[in-house]
Amino acid sequence: MASSTDDVLAGMAELIHDETGIATDAVALDKSFTDDLDIDSISMMTIIVNVEDKFDVKIPDEAVKDLKTVGDAVSYIIKAQG
Amino acid sequence: MTKKIVITGIGATSPLGGTARESWAALLAGEAGGRVLESDWVYALELPVTFAATAKVPATDILERHELKRLDPSSQFALIAGREAWADAGSPDIDPERLAVDWATGIGGVWTLLDAWDTLRERGPRRVLPMTVPMLMPNGPAAAVGMELHARAGIRTVVSACASSTESLVNAWEHLQAGKADIVIAGGSEAAIHPITIASFAAMQALSRRNDSPSTASRPYDVSRDGFVMGEGAAALIVETEEHAQARGARIYAELLGGAVTSDAYHITAPDPEGTEAARAMKATVESAGAALSDVRHINAHATSTPVGDIAEYNALRRVFGDHLDTIAVSATKAATGHLLGGAGAIEALFTVLALHERMLPPTINLTEQDPAIPLDVVTSPRPLPPGDTVALSNSFGFGGHNAVAAFRSV
Repeated sequence: MASSTDDVLAGMAELIHDETGIATDAVALDKSFTDDLDIDSISMMTIIVNVEDKFDVKIPDEAVKDLKTVGDAVSYIIKAQG
Repeated sequence: MTKKIVITGIGATSPLGGTARESWAALLAGEAGGRVLESDWVYALELPVTFAATAKVPATDILERHELKRLDPSSQFALIAGREAWADAGSPDIDPERLAVDWATGIGGVWTLLDAWDTLRERGPRRVLPMTVPMLMPNGPAAAVGMELHARAGIRTVVSACASSTESLVNAWEHLQAGKADIVIAGGSEAAIHPITIASFAAMQALSRRNDSPSTASRPYDVSRDGFVMGEGAAALIVETEEHAQARGARIYAELLGGAVTSDAYHITAPDPEGTEAARAMKATVESAGAALSDVRHINAHATSTPVGDIAEYNALRRVFGDHLDTIAVSATKAATGHLLGGAGAIEALFTVLALHERMLPPTINLTEQDPAIPLDVVTSPRPLPPGDTVALSNSFGFGGHNAVAAFRSV
């Protein structure tokens, strides 16, 4: 069952906060993981592992490099949940 | 020429308290850190020892969530103690290239390693977090402290079991003497109260089995002592050249006079019963300090409360000091803190520094009937230190036959 964009965004924001300390309200759909949020590759992979757990989806490594913004990740998750 | 080296800051999180001062106050009040372990695994695994000296204030009460997630508990404790010590020293304004870290751990990130192993077996490699290796590596705590405080003159880690953090202090002294830095953050941390370590230490009959009385289980020098009590936590000392400390008007707790390291090369776990090399470490420490053996008036002993270890240390003490030993006031603070393994030397050095600074020797609790084979002047209740220039030693010995001793002087 697919979640709503707002739910997934809120969940992502929480995982990003846990990993990096970035405030949840700073996490928005248009934010770039690297340019805006300054998330390094290790943190990104940790967030992905936790995203897979939380939303019960699989995000292959080759797909991760195409996830430039939070919005990309949210869309991917919703699509993967089908 | 030998430089004067001083202690200008202290920090700790221990079974007695969440800060250096809380730990010291609890120590003087005769409190004990030993308590029943509440974790499910203690009973699920039917461990033969069901208590330990856990940190009085959990790291989860102090650090932010993102700090907790990226740091093994041993690094969490290190960060807490390091921050406190740095603030206590007045957050010195220093060129990062003149600031170093000499840290220590006995075991490293055992929780991270074994949790990741469980994850791997139960859920596969995709679920193993990328930070697993940097979290479990034994230099993780040192790196956490050094990154936090921007130390660029080297972040080093000693691993020599229960002698580790006294050795880190000796290294700090040597690095400052060699002109490698103006300030060194020295200390050690351990967070290894884990079923594996409990099972292993229990299997070698090293742990006290007083499951019905955790607070009185660590009883150095007592005839009924039956092993040590596992502890956890960290302690940090800001070690600084006197010149640098005076130039910035820092408060000075005590002088770090010197230190020495020797090794038994005798047995992997048992101390040399003659105490030859432990004795040589103490003698070399006093010599490095430019002091005389007769100047030593207080010793914070290693004294873990094992039947064999306490006697071996006594033999070494007698070998070094002869009759003068009878005039030295000895404190065995592991009676209260339990054994912090790689953090033990640092917290005991911290207590030695505070004893000199506050001129109050800390008690050895739980001593009801002193072993007649260990005729020491044991401090059993807080004892004022008589006035005058005082030299004190802090001893640490570790599996592997490591002996490390540091000497301090009142200022």
